[in-house]
Amino acid sequence: MKEKQQFSLTALFDTPDEIIRAAHETRSAGYTRYDVHTPYPVHGMDKAMGLRQSRLGIFVLIFGLFGAVSSVLFMTWVTLVDYPLVIGGKPFWSWPAFVPVAFEITVLMASVLLVVTMIVLYFKFPNISHPLHDTPYMKRISSDKFGISIQVDDPKFNEREVREFLYKIGGKEITPVYFDLEDLDHGQTMFDPKFLGVLALTAILVSGATYAVFNQLMFMEPFSWMSTQAKQKAQRPSDLFKDGIGMRPPVEGTVARGFLPYLFKGKPDEAGKNLVNPLFATKEVIERGKATYLTYCSPCHGNFARGDSRLRGQFPNPPTLHSDKVRNWPDGSIYHVITEGQNVMPAYASQISRDDRWAIIHYLRVLQRAHNAKESDLK
Amino acid sequence: MSTAATDYTREFPVVEGRPKAAELDATIAAPLDQFPSRVWWIAISITLSFLSIGAFCIGMTLYEGLGLWGVNQPVSWGFDIVNFVFWIGIGHAGTLISAILFLLRQRWRTGIARFAEAMTIFAVMCAGLFPLLHTGRQWLPMYLTPYPNQHGLWVNFTSPLVWDVFAVSTYFIVSAVFWYVGLIPDLATLRDRTTSKIKKTIYSVFSLGWRHSNRHWQHYERAYLILAGFATPLVLSVHTIVSFDFAVSVIPGWHTTVFPPYFVAGAVFSGFAMVQNVLIFVRQAFNLKHIITLDHLEKMNKVMIVTGSMVGYAYAMELFIAWYGGNQFERFVFLNRALGPYAWAYWTMVSCNVIFPQLFWFKKIRRSIPAMFAIGILVNIGMWFERFVIVVTSLSRDFLPSSWGHYTPTLYDAGILLGSFGLFFTLILIFVRVLPVVSISEVKGVIEGGQPSHR
Ligand code: HEC
Repeated sequence: MKEKQQFSLTALFDTPDEIIRAAHETRSAGYTRYDVHTPYPVHGMDKAMGLRQSRLGIFVLIFGLFGAVSSVLFMTWVTLVDYPLVIGGKPFWSWPAFVPVAFEITVLMASVLLVVTMIVLYFKFPNISHPLHDTPYMKRISSDKFGISIQVDDPKFNEREVREFLYKIGGKEITPVYFDLEDLDHGQTMFDPKFLGVLALTAILVSGATYAVFNQLMFMEPFSWMSTQAKQKAQRPSDLFKDGIGMRPPVEGTVARGFLPYLFKGKPDEAGKNLVNPLFATKEVIERGKATYLTYCSPCHGNFARGDSRLRGQFPNPPTLHSDKVRNWPDGSIYHVITEGQNVMPAYASQISRDDRWAIIHYLRVLQRAHNAKESDLK
Repeated sequence: MSTAATDYTREFPVVEGRPKAAELDATIAAPLDQFPSRVWWIAISITLSFLSIGAFCIGMTLYEGLGLWGVNQPVSWGFDIVNFVFWIGIGHAGTLISAILFLLRQRWRTGIARFAEAMTIFAVMCAGLFPLLHTGRQWLPMYLTPYPNQHGLWVNFTSPLVWDVFAVSTYFIVSAVFWYVGLIPDLATLRDRTTSKIKKTIYSVFSLGWRHSNRHWQHYERAYLILAGFATPLVLSVHTIVSFDFAVSVIPGWHTTVFPPYFVAGAVFSGFAMVQNVLIFVRQAFNLKHIITLDHLEKMNKVMIVTGSMVGYAYAMELFIAWYGGNQFERFVFLNRALGPYAWAYWTMVSCNVIFPQLFWFKKIRRSIPAMFAIGILVNIGMWFERFVIVVTSLSRDFLPSSWGHYTPTLYDAGILLGSFGLFFTLILIFVRVLPVVSISEVKGVIEGGQPSHR
């Protein structure tokens, strides 16, 4: 059997006055590794023991500032960088709206981390195998006594002297406290198969539960009710119709918006006679016509319609559009060429909307006028 | 004892008589050691039945959806939001007692602080239930938090409803931490008292190894002070933010700047009424009359006159501003509250909150248990109706008469409200049996002869 190892020598006191005096004397006697135990905080004890003020406040300041700064930065990043969204017509960075959340996070960080710091850093808790635990001494303290415990590792410790000293300052029931031998030699417990088993089991349970909830449960009734709706989705089969197709073709003769059939198919002359440009040559229309012209027509006809194609012979060069022929054409004829194409020029009906076609014609007229400017135009 | 109470120039003793510290242990821990009494079993069977009614209604709501409730357009906030604000309010007394009165060095708080804090936590639990149910898809609550999700979306940080999520969850966590820190020394005392092996293990784990060392007390007291310092603005912020849910909108009757202080005062008011009500039972049932004294109850009643009058002032101000502000919608809403289809609710609120608490000016009533109990209950009824009036009257008749409506709660609404009371009182009944309802270490420190005389 191993020898018992002593932790400290303890003494009990009855009243707060006595313990304050005793603490003071212990300190004056030069002991440093000692502690005073009281069932509740006794006023003036910190002074009697000569303890420095607690430094927890500094930690709290740091945690609080961390909470405040990080939350504001996070909200700024979300609303300015990651997903800017106009809400209620306000600026993206509406800082007054961040105040409540920043405040709450500050309080949360500061108080929770304060408690964690106190317990882990200052108390070195959780620790339920301290030698003082479960001693008769501790049981009396827990109830109504006050006590001093002078540790063996104090440089001035000497069993007989300390015993006499404690007696002298009025201590009662002076008793030694020993280490619990079992607690002293605990081997390596990290790789204990039991511990590892519990870890593995937890991992399996947690991942299993996560899978079951997010991949199975969420697709069961009633959680799935939002997604199972009585409606037909595009491209899906349906029993409702004989052909088993869910999507129905439009009724015959249906005309889609913006796709009125062209009345002068293959009749350029009639188109020239009957069609009238419905747009006025306003600045906006001409701008629109210019943009569309530069996009669709300029590769072949050149930026100024001079027939200077950019296609370098890969496609037959079109004629200039400043010819007398085209200049004297009514708008309807040009419209017909754009809509149906002409010889090798392809049709643009499917790419350029009707209004844009008319806008192009206005722009073409501007180009033609500029190209054939007269003396009188300069006046 | 009664002379000390009459002479207001002297502070009344926090604990009556001169109990020894060891006796205090025995008295306070007594309910934890005995087998529960008959009364306790009857009480918990009642609260559990309420709880199961609530659980049934919640289950049906989860299965069928919110269509079971009375909410619809235009009154899309009904009992759920009323109950949420009500329970959050109840929670406010606890933090006020434990934090604000601690900072103000009101030593009388020691007897009731632990209990009030526990009530805070339970009330916030009840409160938290309602917005979650109200979301409709209660199994997707993670969307309330800003977490990096596959949609690349974040919560809207400029929305009061999101502030609410932060405020209420922070409040819950900080209150729970505050409460637990207060419990650590008591758990250690219980650990050293008990003879049962199982209890000892549990208490050992939760007391973390506390050994009443002064080197620990020193930091402990500092931490407690700082926590109180944080909890004070926190408690004020929580109901302020709850009131923003209303005040930041443009609905007439909600869009007012008086809401934050008005809500906070109302919350403290109802919270104190609830604490007072429940403590009357606790001190009776567990022989704690010398620790939770009549003087304590009287002080709480005084807080109720103050906050009740503040609430009354707010009602008057709302009416005045509605007239003085000249906004016709605002004016209509207040006329409609007092004279419209919900006039009965309005006048219940005014009489319960403004008129009856004024009886506390009479000392006889302030110190009479039956009278204060009755007034406390009335106050809570009144405060519940206050939230009902605010939520329902404003929504049911706002700007366009063509879109007015009427709100009628269903049995499911009522069942869930009942269930929340069941949950609250069940938790309280369990609490009084498993943890000390009075802080043992704090009370020991304030009994006569508990502190050195510094001779
Ligand atoms: C793929 C090249 C190409 C594009 C793009 C193109 N055209 Fe043409 N275009 C031609 C060719 C080639 C001709 C000559 C066709 C022929 O031989 O009759 C022509 C002829 C014309 C004519 C008749 C000229 C005449 O003298 O008979 C007009 C008007 C015209 N294009 C307008 C346009 C307009 C407006 C656009 C823009 C919407 C456009 N074109 C886009 C190649 C193109």
